[in-house]
Amino acid sequence: MNGRLGGLLGREPRVVAVGAPALAEALEQQAVAVQPVDWRPPPAEAVDALNAVLGDPRHATANATAVGRMLAARPRLVDVRPAGEVLGLEPGLFLHAGPPLEWDRASGPMRGALIGAMLLEGLAASPEEAERSLAAGTARLDSCHHHAAVGPMAGVVSPSMWMFVIEDTENGAARRSYCSLNEGLGKVLRYGAYGPEVIERLRWMGAVLGPVLRDAVRRHGPVDLTAITAQALQMGDELHNRNRAATSLLVRELAGDIVLAGAPPDRLAEVLRFVHGNDHFYLNLAMAAAKVSADAARGVPGSSLVVAMARNGTDFGIQVSGTGDRWFTGPAGTPDGLYLGSYGPADANPDIGDSTIMETAGLGGFAMAAAPAIVRFVGGEVPDALAATRRMREITLAEHPVFQVPILSFRGTPTGVDVTRVVRTGILPVINTGMAGRVAGTGQVGAGLVEPPAQVFTAALHALATQAR
Amino acid sequence: MNSWVEVRSGAYRDSVTLMRVSRTLAERDGVTAAMVAMATELNLDLLTQQGFAVPAGAGPNDLVVAIRGVGEAAVDGARRALDGLLAEVPAPAAPGIAETEPPRTAGAAARRLGEPGGLALVSVPGRYAFVEAMDALTAGLNVMVFSDNVPLHQEVALKEAAGRRGLIVMGPDCGTAVIGGVGLGFANAVRPGPVSLVAASGTGAQQMMCLLDTAGVGVRHVLGVGGRDLSAEVSGRSTLAALAALDADPATELIAVVTKPPAPRVADLVHSAARRLDTPVRFAMLGEDSADLTASTEEVLTTLGRAAPRWPSWPADRRTARPRPGALRGLFAGGTLCAEAALVARRVLGPAFGSGGHRLIDFGDDGYTRGRAHPLIDPTLRLERLAAEAADPACAVLLLDVVLGYGAEPDPAALLAPAVESALERRDDLRIVVSLCGTPADPQDRDRQAAALRAAGADVFVSNAAAARYAAGLARNGGGR
Repeated sequence: MNGRLGGLLGREPRVVAVGAPALAEALEQQAVAVQPVDWRPPPAEAVDALNAVLGDPRHATANATAVGRMLAARPRLVDVRPAGEVLGLEPGLFLHAGPPLEWDRASGPMRGALIGAMLLEGLAASPEEAERSLAAGTARLDSCHHHAAVGPMAGVVSPSMWMFVIEDTENGAARRSYCSLNEGLGKVLRYGAYGPEVIERLRWMGAVLGPVLRDAVRRHGPVDLTAITAQALQMGDELHNRNRAATSLLVRELAGDIVLAGAPPDRLAEVLRFVHGNDHFYLNLAMAAAKVSADAARGVPGSSLVVAMARNGTDFGIQVSGTGDRWFTGPAGTPDGLYLGSYGPADANPDIGDSTIMETAGLGGFAMAAAPAIVRFVGGEVPDALAATRRMREITLAEHPVFQVPILSFRGTPTGVDVTRVVRTGILPVINTGMAGRVAGTGQVGAGLVEPPAQVFTAALHALATQAR
Repeated sequence: MNSWVEVRSGAYRDSVTLMRVSRTLAERDGVTAAMVAMATELNLDLLTQQGFAVPAGAGPNDLVVAIRGVGEAAVDGARRALDGLLAEVPAPAAPGIAETEPPRTAGAAARRLGEPGGLALVSVPGRYAFVEAMDALTAGLNVMVFSDNVPLHQEVALKEAAGRRGLIVMGPDCGTAVIGGVGLGFANAVRPGPVSLVAASGTGAQQMMCLLDTAGVGVRHVLGVGGRDLSAEVSGRSTLAALAALDADPATELIAVVTKPPAPRVADLVHSAARRLDTPVRFAMLGEDSADLTASTEEVLTTLGRAAPRWPSWPADRRTARPRPGALRGLFAGGTLCAEAALVARRVLGPAFGSGGHRLIDFGDDGYTRGRAHPLIDPTLRLERLAAEAADPACAVLLLDVVLGYGAEPDPAALLAPAVESALERRDDLRIVVSLCGTPADPQDRDRQAAALRAAGADVFVSNAAAARYAAGLARNGGGR
């Protein structure tokens, strides 16, 4: 602050005008620069709750604290291990994407992925048997988010799947997060496919890919994911629908240690070719990194910062820093975008996956301006991408100090969705996403943009209001 | 020679940014070499060539900082500057990629200004004002709440939040402010000068600034505080903040506080705060037994060693034939001007003021503004009433205020002068008196407005108290004063 009242009395005032245009015009008449606000009234039923939440003396500081932790996190890849070991998953417990879900309400791709996981774990001999068993309630389901984990699309995790282990030590005690290894595109478990080639690939990932990566990471030492993500943003990735640069950077980083991991050359070649054939390989690392950053921001009383956005194929749910582990859910929308081959809108399942953790942490759709290469894929032109990133500044608390977008003059990506700003403006987070087929076993049918249901933010606002001081 | 080398992990920046940062550091006084770069092999070689000890374990994803300078202070200074340079938000408006869509909230707009300590002018409907004002405070802006109908507890919460941040909330229902010569809301174009006002009353502040300007004394700042600031509940929070800020302003030589009489406890608080200041403070408190605003202005002029002028007035060009005693009817747009006129008229008319059919109406009052613009902007309602009062045979004198300045109607005389003329044509026993609050520099030009109104038959005064005194005298005595 420069003197009293922030230096207001020492120079010509810089004025923000919100409300009657005549008052802004009177300033322009005096040749004073005015920043006008395109203000619109918030929904009538939200006014009292907004007053309560913004009037809570803790609110501004709580938000600064929470988003400060999210921005301070420096996630590093420290290990690769089976879920059974790192998450203590017991046979018969399956994790899934999004808010909690029961089999009865599960969508096609979610059911398909669970069937595949039953087959992988040897808990059923055939898909039919797996389905009967799941329908009978023999397996337990729980949300990945309840275990510091995230999973793309169906996000199903079972004990024998290998997980990236991510650690952040910048926010007090070390905090870890987990995500499975990416299977590639096409017919894959996360899109609900469970055919023999899916199960076979998962077995190979457990037998070859996981151990090679584990040995390489352990040889290399912690891999700084913030650095890779920051560079990838400047190379045209937005880290949700495009991970090509980040995947390449990761391989460069680990290549020497992969070679020295000690596996036979043909196995090493399989690993490198597998990663080369999968432009989304880094997505799962980026998701776990976003998860550990968002988790650092949890549990700040009074904060309206969103710490999780996730879909289970039926519901879209969010969690908020100031309201603990409570989920606010609404119906998952259907993405709008382009379809693979002959698939069309009728083939697409409602929105699914934990990959919205990328937008939660200020990447993906929020960093769209960094990825002109894919704007057409998600239905737009380059100016739309710039507008999308700028628009997200209206509903976020900060700009990321390290994740910068060159075409926006190296401004940071808009980070930290604030429930109150979403409700005030009616601007919803923009989310880039893949689309799963509606029918179990189909796989991916397209990719595009999706919006969360507005009601989840209103519900979270009212919950914050009841706790406001 | 002192050196500093450190490695920061997780701090990737592109090389162009870092080369610019390095150059800025190297240009600092006392710095002989500076390199901030990602620790690639090439960069580490360059560091070695420059004679820096290269730290072990630094890799291409780490940021390495190396600074050499004459003396510890030069190196420390450069290190501190580095944090600022790395955190620097780039200028937002490179050609072709400038912002296109306007911001949607006060907070988002504040962030686009890019620096704290500005001002948010909030004029959304009262029930929404709290959120925008709080958002602006959180973003580091002072706030002027023009909106009315903001609940008292919200006013207190806003002012507490401002206090915690060293900022000020002007308002709610703050119609007038001047910051460094810039008028906000309804404000007159006054010459710059040594007097600053703290005002719980908008038109009261306008009256004083116009009189000061007329006397050749300029105005530095006018900080509005809202009509309830000196109530027991709000406890003068903004008045106290304004006094402290103006005391610290080197260009303010005298502070005048314009307000209704405060709650007794708050009056003590404000008076004792005023006594502790280095800058002299004069109070213009418009109450039963106190001086009117013109007299208070004269007191300010005396304090500054200036003589009070003869306040300008413009007698009507045409006189009505048969003025007679009768009822005084006041039609005001300015609340404080209306209250002051009532005080003055009571003094002139004595107890008869309460019984003789005399009546002063404030058209800025909530009852008249619900669902329509303030009478300073939209004169329709008042003009209708003017015609009605002129048609009432009991009415002998009409007293009107005309408030000029930024934000007000662009040419009040354009509608008012014909209305005056037509009323006087129908009633040769009626007198019309105008209190004209404005300056020659106002967009509407005070003297041009005065000329039009006197030509229409009104007696025009720049002092509201003088206008009221004259009108009340006419009501008491008719033409035979």
